[in-house]
Amino acid sequence: MIPPAFTYKRATSVDEALSLAAEIGEDAKYLAGGHSLLPLMKLRFATPEALIDIARITELSYITDKGDHVAVGALTRHHDVAGSELLKNEIPLLAHTAGEIGDPQIRHRGTIGGSVAHGDSASDLPASLLVLEATFVIRGPQGTRSVPAAEFFKGIFETALEPGELLTEIQVPKPASPNAWSFQKFTKRAIDWAMVGVAVQDQKVALINMGPVPLRAAAVESALASGASAADAAARAAEGASASSDIHASAAYREHLARVLTARALTEAASRG
Amino acid sequence: MSILGTRVIRTEDPRLLTAGGVYVDDLREPELDGAVRATFVRSTVAHAKITSIDTSEAESQPGVVAVLTAKDMTDVPPPPPVDEDAPPAPGPVPLAGKWQEPVLAIDTVRYVGEPVAIVLTDSTYQGEDAAELVAVDYDILPAVPSIEAALKDESLLFPAAGTNTAITGGGDVSDDSIFDGCDVVVEGDVINQRVAALPMEGRATAAAWNDGKLTVWISTQNAQISRLILTALGLAPEQIRVVAPDVGGGFGAKIGTDRDTVAVAWAAKHTGRPVRWVESRYENLVGMTQGRAQLHHVKIGGTRDGKVKAYRLEVIQDSGGYSRMGFFLPMLTNLMAPAVYDFPNVQANYKVVVTNGTPIAAYRGAGRPEATATVERALDWFAAEAGMDPAEVRRINFIKKEQFPFMTKTGAHYDTGDYETAMDQVLEAAGYAELRAEQKARRERGDVKQLGLGLASYVEITAPDPDAGETGRVDVHEDGTATVYTGSSAHGQGHHTAFAMLVTELLGIPMDKVEVIHGDTDLIPEGIGTYGSRSLQLGGSAVHNASLEVKDQAAKLAASLFEASEADVVLDTATGKWQIAGDPDKSLGWGQIAASAEGKTLTANVNFTADKSTFPFGTQLSVVEVDTETGKVTLLRHVTADDAGPVVNPILIDGQRHGGIAQGAAQALCEEVLYDADGNPLTSTLADYAAITAAELPSFELLRSETPTDRNPLGVKGIGEAGTIGATPAVQNAVIDAVAHLGVRHIDMPTTPERVWTAINDAQKGSGK
Amino acid sequence: MKVDLTVNGKNVTADVEDRTLLVHFLRDVADLTATNIGCETTSCGACTVLMDGESVKSCTVLAAQADGREVTTLEGLKGADGGMHPVQKAFHEEHGLQCGYCTPGMVMAIASLIKENPSPTEAEVRSGLEGNLCRCTGYHNIVKAALSAAEASK
Repeated sequence: MIPPAFTYKRATSVDEALSLAAEIGEDAKYLAGGHSLLPLMKLRFATPEALIDIARITELSYITDKGDHVAVGALTRHHDVAGSELLKNEIPLLAHTAGEIGDPQIRHRGTIGGSVAHGDSASDLPASLLVLEATFVIRGPQGTRSVPAAEFFKGIFETALEPGELLTEIQVPKPASPNAWSFQKFTKRAIDWAMVGVAVQDQKVALINMGPVPLRAAAVESALASGASAADAAARAAEGASASSDIHASAAYREHLARVLTARALTEAASRG
Repeated sequence: MSILGTRVIRTEDPRLLTAGGVYVDDLREPELDGAVRATFVRSTVAHAKITSIDTSEAESQPGVVAVLTAKDMTDVPPPPPVDEDAPPAPGPVPLAGKWQEPVLAIDTVRYVGEPVAIVLTDSTYQGEDAAELVAVDYDILPAVPSIEAALKDESLLFPAAGTNTAITGGGDVSDDSIFDGCDVVVEGDVINQRVAALPMEGRATAAAWNDGKLTVWISTQNAQISRLILTALGLAPEQIRVVAPDVGGGFGAKIGTDRDTVAVAWAAKHTGRPVRWVESRYENLVGMTQGRAQLHHVKIGGTRDGKVKAYRLEVIQDSGGYSRMGFFLPMLTNLMAPAVYDFPNVQANYKVVVTNGTPIAAYRGAGRPEATATVERALDWFAAEAGMDPAEVRRINFIKKEQFPFMTKTGAHYDTGDYETAMDQVLEAAGYAELRAEQKARRERGDVKQLGLGLASYVEITAPDPDAGETGRVDVHEDGTATVYTGSSAHGQGHHTAFAMLVTELLGIPMDKVEVIHGDTDLIPEGIGTYGSRSLQLGGSAVHNASLEVKDQAAKLAASLFEASEADVVLDTATGKWQIAGDPDKSLGWGQIAASAEGKTLTANVNFTADKSTFPFGTQLSVVEVDTETGKVTLLRHVTADDAGPVVNPILIDGQRHGGIAQGAAQALCEEVLYDADGNPLTSTLADYAAITAAELPSFELLRSETPTDRNPLGVKGIGEAGTIGATPAVQNAVIDAVAHLGVRHIDMPTTPERVWTAINDAQKGSGK
Repeated sequence: MKVDLTVNGKNVTADVEDRTLLVHFLRDVADLTATNIGCETTSCGACTVLMDGESVKSCTVLAAQADGREVTTLEGLKGADGGMHPVQKAFHEEHGLQCGYCTPGMVMAIASLIKENPSPTEAEVRSGLEGNLCRCTGYHNIVKAALSAAEASK
């Protein structure tokens, strides 16, 4: 199957991307690795009139130590995030999560920014970036703004990005106990999207595919904060979530998985930390 | 030394590994120069009347050559009339008359994906764009998305038939007295779910009409059968040439060919333009025939000492929107119902219903895996109820080695077998006792991850149509090379290597001088092709016998060239030289002898038929770990002993077993075609249809024995489907065994994490059966 | 648009529709048909090729995205001696292929995998191939071939 016709434009700098987006308007979509967008276009679920290829904006591909945080350029590929020695040492959860995405071929193309900007609650990175309390740097016609991860994911495939805006950088604070992490991705097959997933860093917990947006498990976190055991806190993992039922799992099963995986994640994070 | 039984790496491979195969989409034949692309407009609804088709907008698009619908098919003769009162045709043939499947939908659609129109364009990209613009208006009818819905007969797919039940057959299942005296009786339903065949290359056809002859390249398992099917266009067989180029897997779903191919071939003839069609994966997952789709009710009874006295199997076959194979699949399920067991009383019957799903046809095992899946579940139920180990119950009920040949209660005439030895091999190699001890320890500790052991002993009917036979021609040329023409058809099995080995064995012509040709009806007009694990035993036997005939001819010519008596000439198969016995100085090569033959070629053309089918067998043991908190299953080990008679080439037989096991495990663990209540497919992409990957499987542990059959000269039986037949119930049984101590009695396939978790939950709540 | 790339060491330039997928560019423009198409959802890996030395699924890359880059297909894969690449040899020796349709993608995926991880374990090979479907071999001999190719590449 083939995407419907569109106009291809290539930007080699952020400024060029922004001006192309401004020029074409709302019918344009940014194309990074393309591994979320192109399959949707081939199935004709997405029909943008123009694609602005931003993958060659080399200035947005980097992993840089900024002291208290690591700055990751939005066009850094999953493969590079997964393999980064800096991240493996300072923020192992992020490196590990990137290595869990898709398959090697997808990781060779897909980018951290593309994945986050797609805003899919079933994808792996958002949950980890939520518990890492990352900040998303966005550039647009009005300049640069920063949005904390907690405020970035708005709805089904909907993020804080306004039309024409470009996610340029993800700033990830270095966790106090880098090793106190766990990433539990539950799938039927290795290649599948997470039926449910849980990311834990220190005492922070986020859930994958437990509602229209990736979300923090607030009830678990507050239970932990008030001294509950990992098991007792995990029992509250589905509170506040709104999992859906589909061919892969029922909502009730997803809720059950959220509890089991949260308990395992908390135990693993504690044992590592 | 014999080459047979030795590890010979495939002659097919170097080309496939360096240049890639030449599949239909890769053909660059001059006849296909300027071929237009066919894109099907397919039904987007499961059950509806077509009220109108508007092709005008599509026709005005750039590159559109034609948009064709059933209305344009005035140059195709109507299907031959049938006697509606006659019993269904024997063999795997589609139902006709009031159940007739058209080439393109006429006024009704019966499944999502049914071909409604064809768009011909200069390029592929134009085709998809234009096909979207063909406007089909549907008057929606109530969907019949399941067997249960079909049986209600509320909404009828074929109103003229008055029912959705197309065929009923088999024996009487009403006599309950067979269970008299049974102190252990268990019964229940077993679902053998609908699965996709999913060859990596989907369906594909190219066709060209030149000077009154239609040449059609098809991704098919059977060029000759495809040619017969294409005569529906009103052409004589001689006017049609079918070529099977490289074929990217079939698994039963490419037996013969589909209506889509007929439509493409017709479009080429109708427009005079060469046409090529290569389906997308979406089309493949809604349009290619699927497999299994049976609902079973089973009852088994016996005595507390483990002896089964009575077995009853009632089969309902979902045939999808059109019955492509009549009663053939459930008939085979009935035939193989008692499998490897000497049950004194067996009852079996079947029913075929139509539903608004993709048509069902053969898929790796075709009717036989379903029989084994259910009897192997029933045996485990029976063992659990009798408080016995599943291996012991199998041992007690096996047909014994000395009972062969054995006629089953359902009329299958088994040739040879040694079921108990196969099981013992597996139990020993796997360390069954140790595994049971490990399982016991985990159960006692209450581990989250529990161990499950699943056994399945199986027997399969291979070459189920032995009297249809297979052709084989062997030519030896004056340059000393040989050419084999086989009616059998390869799509990965390694025919070219195996058949060349057979020639080398008998004639001593080295393998690199033996060319094997298949799949071209101009070169090989007579033949059947590949299905039912028939290739080696029928096609190989034909090549074997043709080689013997050529050898006889050569012996006569050698005698005359040597001016010796025929009795004194011998062939040294190590060197491929003919000699006079006791006189090593004089010798003749194959080329010299062929040069003296009429037409400078030695040739023998054989149609090998067998009187009876053969019955390979074996036992498979699967070891799984089940996470009892999540229900997730991990397949840890899979140990099998499979016996298909003497082995021609161990890498080929093991390759068939590996692939078969994976497909069986896939059905047991993850694969299932799903529809919603309106008959919309929910698994029409590979993101949703859970095809098994390397990451879900372990390496397999294969054991082998070789019990020959007397039903063909090679002594061989089929191996293509055995792996699947054994693996499906072995894996399913293992999953259930892992959680049996929690009160779980049965989990339908696929044993997805949620199903397993639900089963544990239900059992713990005391609501488990 | 004009797309200019290096395929198997040779320059291939063509004016194509913007939406042209790399796999179609390779098959229809460069006339290199070893690379097969198995799905449209980036699920099956049949179309895997190397782009700048790394495995990618060419059905999910636009030809335009590959502009200026180096692409290697099965036809261009070579061993150090100019003959078969160790992965191709291992597939032959270990019977790692049957129908051959997934094979080009599998071979390219493994060539990339071994380059990144020269000593993979069986588990690493299996998880590294999670994006490549094969329906014939049960993966058994593909995994064996990958491990033996890694060994031979040392």
